Amino acid sequence: MPQPLLALRGVSKRFAAVQALVDVELEIRAGEVVALVGDNAAGKSTLVKVISGVGPADKGVIEWQGGSVQIKRPQDAQVLGIATVYQDLAMCDNLDVVGNLFLGREIHRFGILDEVEMERRTRELLHTLSIRIPDVRVPLATLSGGQRQVVAITRSILGSPRLLLLDEPTASLGVEQTSQLLDLIESLRDRGLGVLLISHNMGDIKAVADRVAVLRLGRNNGLFDVPTTSQEQIISSITGAADNAVAHRASYPEEAWP
Amino acid sequence: MAVRGRGPGRDSQAPADDAAPAAGRGRGGRRWPVPLRAYAGAARRRLHEGDLGPAPVLLALAVTWMIFQGLNDNFLSPRNLSVLSVDIVGTGMVAVGIVFVLLIGEIDLSVGSLAGLSGALFAALNVNLGMPEWLAVIIALISGAAAGGLQGFFFARIGVPAFVVTLAGLLFWNGLMLYLLGPDSSINFSEEGLVAKLTSRYFTAPVVTYGLAALGTAAYLLVSFRDRRRRGAAGMPYRPVGEIWARTGLLAVVTFATVYVLGRFEGLPLALLIFLAVIIASDLFLRRTPYGRQILALGGGVEAARRAGVYVARVRISVFMVSGTLAALGGLFIASRLTSASQVSGSGMLLINAIAAAIIGGTSLFGGRGSTWSALLGVLIIQSIASGMALLGVETPVQFMITGGVLLTAVVFDSLARRAADSRGQRSD
Repeated sequence: MPQPLLALRGVSKRFAAVQALVDVELEIRAGEVVALVGDNAAGKSTLVKVISGVGPADKGVIEWQGGSVQIKRPQDAQVLGIATVYQDLAMCDNLDVVGNLFLGREIHRFGILDEVEMERRTRELLHTLSIRIPDVRVPLATLSGGQRQVVAITRSILGSPRLLLLDEPTASLGVEQTSQLLDLIESLRDRGLGVLLISHNMGDIKAVADRVAVLRLGRNNGLFDVPTTSQEQIISSITGAADNAVAHRASYPEEAWP
Repeated sequence: MAVRGRGPGRDSQAPADDAAPAAGRGRGGRRWPVPLRAYAGAARRRLHEGDLGPAPVLLALAVTWMIFQGLNDNFLSPRNLSVLSVDIVGTGMVAVGIVFVLLIGEIDLSVGSLAGLSGALFAALNVNLGMPEWLAVIIALISGAAAGGLQGFFFARIGVPAFVVTLAGLLFWNGLMLYLLGPDSSINFSEEGLVAKLTSRYFTAPVVTYGLAALGTAAYLLVSFRDRRRRGAAGMPYRPVGEIWARTGLLAVVTFATVYVLGRFEGLPLALLIFLAVIIASDLFLRRTPYGRQILALGGGVEAARRAGVYVARVRISVFMVSGTLAALGGLFIASRLTSASQVSGSGMLLINAIAAAIIGGTSLFGGRGSTWSALLGVLIIQSIASGMALLGVETPVQFMITGGVLLTAVVFDSLARRAADSRGQRSD
């Protein structure tokens, strides 16, 4: 088994009286999509913040390619090669696609922005990822939700990360847009990136994830290989019901999931 | 000078309609095969977005001028236009500072008082203390920057709303100005000095005036062709030659006509040249430097900017410093016009006109959208109305009401444009 890209060992985090994460273990390998699932308040977002450096862990070890590392600030994660796309996207509506992609890392010559080079690289990147944006020079406000999501992910890839954290990327997308996004995630995996995908949608997880890690009340509650696991098994692990009424009710259509 | 809402950075993208097929074509060949269709598409898209660039403002200016010319033949006379071209500078400088503040989605109510303070400070230092003019000017400008920086500090670091901080500033700096002016509440300074020359110096030699016009046009042409060549070399869509020549021609017509008309009275005013230089420099700064990009980003999404590594507080403070400095500079021009510093120069009307100019010119109240050229356009409209009314003998109350109506119209346009952009953004296709 190849060495994991990122490994969390016994990570814990506490917010005042609430124990948000307790001894969480997680491994992500390069070229692998790991889905992170769990009910509301299971600690998914807290875990993402631990990895991305926004909210460091109180306890536990983070290993990057086998070596122990400290992630205390977002910059630490960036330096390692961890990129995060948050659920709220947080992009500048008034800037165009090029401006958003390069925000904070503009290419300039003698202090003057090199728009030509930035636009060339943007087009190149969109082309290699087979992303279609009608015009890279329109303000972001004029793009659809799916296009914005794709731009946000492209933006995170610009720094050539090794690991990508996606927080609920399909939550606000339509069917067509979701399938495009899943294609993008697969093509990123094929390029050797590790992807941690947080999702509520079993359909998405079944479609792209290789493994599923379940969190329940801040603790690990199962790790499954997606191809060999049934949806019911995953869901009962999320709800904490091995075999009860809830587990049996779980044959509802996927859309019924919150 | 050319009046461009978004400038070449954006306009040159116009042919980039339907990027996916465009990218394919652009990579292969150097020619742009269907520029006309691409243009139509880009224009249509912009209409949908409610982004008309400077077109509505230019139209409003043209209508204003035609109405007043129709009512009074003297309105477009060289004499009146010459006076207008100097009168706009003081308020215009202050409006450029307001554009910076509006771009980050904030407001600065202290600029009128700061302008008055700057004039009073200069006069007090120069006349009362006998300080050389150049030193007094520098101190006045630095004081403007410091006052703006102080307000920016309270806003960005302490978290007091900019509205309240600068409202306090409005009172405080106004009080300081009155204190400096002393019991006479006005200080006259030399009519031959450096500051007086700011608005009394005119260039008349045709070599100089037409030379400047030719130089500006040639520079624009060169930059356009250089940009075109670079984009072409990188395999990206670029502006057709015909469009470059058309734009350059338009620019040449505007600049040479301006020089000609102003030359028929006193010549090309130094004040106007300085104003244009400030606008061009600040426009390039905002559109073409990483720091300017950060200012725009702040107006488009503070959280996004923060996550992208922008030092939000630092940028905010610096923007208020720019606003304070330009207010101080505008104050010097206003004092120069009167060769005295008095209460008048820092009146509330200056603040209202400067903010109105920025918004009427097309800078959004909601942040992130606008250009320093809007300061020129807006102040031209406001001063034209004031000047035309004065020619017609209309009383001040009516002037106020009309300017108020124009301002409301501009803000309504701004709000509608924003709503159009939002509804396009939320559409899910």
